[in-house]
Amino acid sequence: MHPILKLVVQRIALGLILLLAVSLVIFLGTEALPGDTAQAILGQSATPEALANLREKLGLTLPAHVRYINWLWAALHGDLGVALTNGVDIAQAIGQRLGNTLFLAGCAAAISVPLAIGLGLVAARYQGRWPDKVISGVTLTTISLPEFVAAYFVIYLLTQVFPLFQPVAMVFPGMGFWEKLQAVALPVIVLVMVVLAHMMRMTRAAILNVMQSAYIETAELKGLSPMQVIWRHALPNAIAPIVSVVILNLAYLVVGVVVVEVVFGYNALGQYLVDHVTKRDLPVVQAVGLIFAGVYIGLNILADVISIIANPRLRHPK
Amino acid sequence: MPEPLLEFTDLRIEATSYPPGEAPKNLVLVDGVSVGVEKGKVLGLIGESGAGKSTIGLAAMAFGRGGVRLTGGVISLNGRDIRVSDPAALRALRGREVTYVSQSAAASFNPAKRLMDQVIETSVSHGLLTKAEAEARAVDLFRQLGLPNPDSFGQRYPHQVSGGQLQRAMTAMALCPKPDLVIFDEPTTALDVTTQIEVLAAIKKAIVETGVAALYITHDLAVVAQVADHILVLRGGKKVEYGTTQQIINDPREGYTKALVSVRSIEHAEKVQAAPVLSVANVTARYRGTQFDVLKNVTVDLAPGQTLAVVGESGSGKSTLARVITGLLPPTQGRITFAGRTLSAALEGRSKDDLRELQMIYQMADTAMNPRQTVGTIIGRPIEFYFGLKGEAKRKRVQDLLDQIEMGKGYIDRYPAELSGGQKQRVCIARALAAQPKLIICDEVTSALDPLVADGILKLLLNLQAEAKVAYLFITHDIATVRAIADRIAVMFKGQVVRYGQKSDVLTPPFDDYTDLLLSSVPELRVGWLEEVIAGRKMDSAGN
Repeated sequence: MHPILKLVVQRIALGLILLLAVSLVIFLGTEALPGDTAQAILGQSATPEALANLREKLGLTLPAHVRYINWLWAALHGDLGVALTNGVDIAQAIGQRLGNTLFLAGCAAAISVPLAIGLGLVAARYQGRWPDKVISGVTLTTISLPEFVAAYFVIYLLTQVFPLFQPVAMVFPGMGFWEKLQAVALPVIVLVMVVLAHMMRMTRAAILNVMQSAYIETAELKGLSPMQVIWRHALPNAIAPIVSVVILNLAYLVVGVVVVEVVFGYNALGQYLVDHVTKRDLPVVQAVGLIFAGVYIGLNILADVISIIANPRLRHPK
Repeated sequence: MPEPLLEFTDLRIEATSYPPGEAPKNLVLVDGVSVGVEKGKVLGLIGESGAGKSTIGLAAMAFGRGGVRLTGGVISLNGRDIRVSDPAALRALRGREVTYVSQSAAASFNPAKRLMDQVIETSVSHGLLTKAEAEARAVDLFRQLGLPNPDSFGQRYPHQVSGGQLQRAMTAMALCPKPDLVIFDEPTTALDVTTQIEVLAAIKKAIVETGVAALYITHDLAVVAQVADHILVLRGGKKVEYGTTQQIINDPREGYTKALVSVRSIEHAEKVQAAPVLSVANVTARYRGTQFDVLKNVTVDLAPGQTLAVVGESGSGKSTLARVITGLLPPTQGRITFAGRTLSAALEGRSKDDLRELQMIYQMADTAMNPRQTVGTIIGRPIEFYFGLKGEAKRKRVQDLLDQIEMGKGYIDRYPAELSGGQKQRVCIARALAAQPKLIICDEVTSALDPLVADGILKLLLNLQAEAKVAYLFITHDIATVRAIADRIAVMFKGQVVRYGQKSDVLTPPFDDYTDLLLSSVPELRVGWLEEVIAGRKMDSAGN
């Protein structure tokens, strides 16, 4: 077997084991909370008989490991159970919101990743000179603002001072792609501001690190222009660290943007999760937790695989 | 007289250094050097490190490494002064009129790109050739330089070929855009002696066949004598002597040049055999996770107060032998007896006395010392660890050791960064001596040093041996060093000892094939040596 294939298979297998471990932690974590689901549904004033009946009905009398296996088995088949608070099928409720989450994250990523890498390259090219200082200063400012501050600032600027957009990012099933794009413009701008600096700085640092190498001097002595040197000779050797930071930010865009969702009234997974945490709706919390963990682990496997493939020593063994 | 291709007139090059805790200092690296290279001729630049050779070489491309500034004089290339050219004009000439071959091709090739893409890059990006033409030319050059499978060689990545091959590939890369001038900056210094000769021959052939002019930079006069038409001897950034190769080699005028020509003045009479302090018996070793024996049935002895030189090219197992003796790599078979007792194979099983009596000195003194500790702390550490001396007693002992290595008390509170390369190596020797060992393993301890400095270190080691009766296991690839210091010699090749005995026996014919190759590869200081020895070859080197 080609060593690359072997490494990739290893990473994926490790990821699956990790996901299994996370599912166990999610299950045990929600188990460890005081009270149980029946108590939560019926409230403090429930009679012991009613509680016992409901526990029987929900299968809560079964031992914990049996319930874990049942839950996991059903989840693997796409059955995430029903929400306790409103009886809605969780898989269905999540489906549309997950789409919204991925749409927002995808739009933010499509802008921020190329922009961050581009700015990082420019900053590295003009290291210590004014373009570098401007880029570093601006991105550092945007990352230093709390998300909700940045969000309200953007809303004020682009709906009041320059009334270009709607302050609320409502999307409905059946909206056209272009309409949806317009709707998410403001949250996308905020998210780009939040994730730009981290990726930009890593790109800059990784490139500057590679620029110390002897082969960069070789490229300079070939008479290549500074940007050619960076693009052709530095970037291919700086991919691994850049990719790992890009992927971390992508994961954040999927799982960590609840504040932005709330500010813009965007109906997506983060808000859904927070709503149901406050209601102690354990099946929903477990289901969303599992999805977030899956996204996180999946993206990190992707980062590992890209780093492996980017390494010529692994791609072309002796 | 023909118009010179490149001419330096009163060249002055400066840099600013930032010593820790002091005000920045302005350094003059090259001062008032004037020299020229004619079309199709080779100028050798020779001198020790710090002589300004590489700095002058790069100045031929108007390039200053790091903060180096070309501050004065004229650098005339093809009739124009490139010292004052703007960046765009410089980019146009670099890689086109002048190209560069560095000392370490392994570091100078981009690890992420195929060799072919890098070799033809300049020709294509300067618009000299189309991609197809450039590739065809590259393959021709690969063939000319004696690279294996020239048609497919370019499809490989740098890590897939050997150091000697990379050095030739870099020569091909420099010749591909048909430049007027190539700068060879110590192109064979990092190679094994047996590989060096082949690369040197390939470079010389390519220079002759393409008719390109060259600046050939090296610290090894015997090497430059093989390729250069003229030689410029440099010292401390100043011109010492300039002349034809014949004149510099056979009739040097300046004292410094004479010292360079006659370096290695040590005469060392071989000592008689005696009962060994160290016996390595039938040792076989391999690294974890590999299926390949790095050492195969190695047996050598070393008598107290004597020197066993272990010679061979890289990959021959010399340093692995040191790792086995020190316990860093337990052997799969065999036994090591030291000072009358059998040493535990693994480091953990050795007593404090075992550790104390067996010390090591490394090639890179820089990386073998903690840069944040003073000389006193570095040498004091084994004194405290092995003998429990503290405070004034320890300091007194450190001072004695500093006297022994001919450095004096003044250095006790200095940091490694404030020492020269030779001084650093002396401190490492003092640290090894501090443990009062019976045996010191010296792993290529003079390889990173200039010849004159290396000579001083070897003399010091011999004096210390006479005083302290310490035995040396001296690992080196340099035959001249072996002649200077050894009592016994073990020649290693591919993990085996192919020739072993007293120095006088090992260095006396008849030789086995490998020892013959090794001895005949050492450059000799006379013009025409290269051609003779290439013609009389019996076998190829392993590292080729």
